[in-house]
Amino acid sequence: MFTVNFRRITSSGLINFWRNGWISFATILVMVLTLFMLGGLILTNVVLTSVITSLEDKVDITAYFRLDAPEADILAMRDSILKLGEVKSVEYVSRDQALAVFQERHKENALITQSLQELGSNPLGASLNVKARDPSEYEAIANFLEGNVFSNILDKVDYRQNQVVIDRLSRILAASRKVGIAISLVLALIAFLVAFNTIRMAIYTSREEIRVMKLVGASNWYTRGPFLVEGFLHGLVASIIAMAAFYPLTWWLGGKIQEFAGGPNLFSYYKSNFLEFFLVLFLAGIILGVVSSSIAIRRYMRV
Amino acid sequence: MIYFDNVSKLYPPDSVALDQVTFSVEPGEFVSVVGQSGAGKSTLLKMLLAEEPPSQGKVFFESLELGDLPLAELTNVRRRIGTVFQDFRLLPHKTAHENIAFAMEVAGQLDETIMADVPQVLELVGLSDKSQHFPHELSGGEKQRVAIARALVNRPDVVIADEPTGNLDPVNTADIVKLLVKINELGTVVILATHNRDIVNHLGRRVITLEKGRVVRDEKEGKYVL
Repeated sequence: MFTVNFRRITSSGLINFWRNGWISFATILVMVLTLFMLGGLILTNVVLTSVITSLEDKVDITAYFRLDAPEADILAMRDSILKLGEVKSVEYVSRDQALAVFQERHKENALITQSLQELGSNPLGASLNVKARDPSEYEAIANFLEGNVFSNILDKVDYRQNQVVIDRLSRILAASRKVGIAISLVLALIAFLVAFNTIRMAIYTSREEIRVMKLVGASNWYTRGPFLVEGFLHGLVASIIAMAAFYPLTWWLGGKIQEFAGGPNLFSYYKSNFLEFFLVLFLAGIILGVVSSSIAIRRYMRV
Repeated sequence: MIYFDNVSKLYPPDSVALDQVTFSVEPGEFVSVVGQSGAGKSTLLKMLLAEEPPSQGKVFFESLELGDLPLAELTNVRRRIGTVFQDFRLLPHKTAHENIAFAMEVAGQLDETIMADVPQVLELVGLSDKSQHFPHELSGGEKQRVAIARALVNRPDVVIADEPTGNLDPVNTADIVKLLVKINELGTVVILATHNRDIVNHLGRRVITLEKGRVVRDEKEGKYVL
């Protein structure tokens, strides 16, 4: 009996979906907008995260050593820094490397090249370039550098010069993550409520039908079933449409955003994460459709 | 078979739809319930379907007290009662055939039984040629005949008809009443709520007269007297 009922409920839901053409169309349209918004939030988040990560990556502190600092001491200091939990990476730049980089950078500038030649010796000291796991940890790292046993060979730590900028940047980054999450949640909630209300209206138009079904002797599940099937179909169709709409959109926006924000290309993200992305929209769509329908129908079941 | 025991129904704040109504209906009876609009006819029928609970008193279907029944059993009782309403109450997105089949589906009938019985009952009500029409493609009389077919198809013990001719012209009215009489002759209890004097007087069956929610007359071969 279960399979017979399941078949009847499913086919009844399919037929209603088709015959309720306009209501199905309107519901799907609103759900497409909701899912589109959800997908937009996901993509925005991808861009935002990558921008924040690349900004965070640009923040570092450099410890410059005196010209006469022995390389062995510098390397020992590097090893002790590496043991710190806050540190993500340490890069050692020797005096020769520093000079090579400097010359490369200023090779167009004849004055600087000439001055270097006249100087005869290498004026640049070795340095350690330290990156933290989190921008808020630079303070602790700078303190560690300055308090180290080898601090006598230290010339300067550029954190002190950049402290204000680094602090502000790390605050901005932390805040923009929080604001991003909050805005996403609010937008998602609004979108959900709009879709939920549309589905409620659609079921409201069927309230007499629900009443009649009950009076004719249909059980609760037999009455509810076709509406849940319809809700499922609304979600399915809406997620397919939303997914399809993202193809031209990411294609068009991908390059522009990459150029503007330096983030990943959304079109390649869309293509390489197609399945996951679709699954998120599909699940959100059917949950929205089925859950909204079952909540909305509850009040009319009490006959 | 059906027993109303001192049933009252109050709608807040102070409207009395039924006032201490007591009567019983035996198998095979054809009962007309008459009264002016607002006398409580529809409320009485709603109590019988447990569409609304009584404020006081009890309604029995055979030995089952409707107010006490869990939903699953109530559903079973409803399947034994066929209902016909003044406003037809067909499912708008289902064809005549599907509307009737739906009542059989919910009763758990097999597909083969449904395919065999629905055309038969459509023929009984004279709508064989309109089985694939949607309700909005049918006239009032035709809709009511579909509703009657739906009420009949599960071979119910009782058919309740609430003003079934209220929206129909005299010709259609006569047809519907003939159908109800035929159903009753096949052994089904018919409870007909109406304020159509001609129908009641023509039938010459039991008449329960309601006035302001009270039973003021209950006669074996009654006439329409208000």
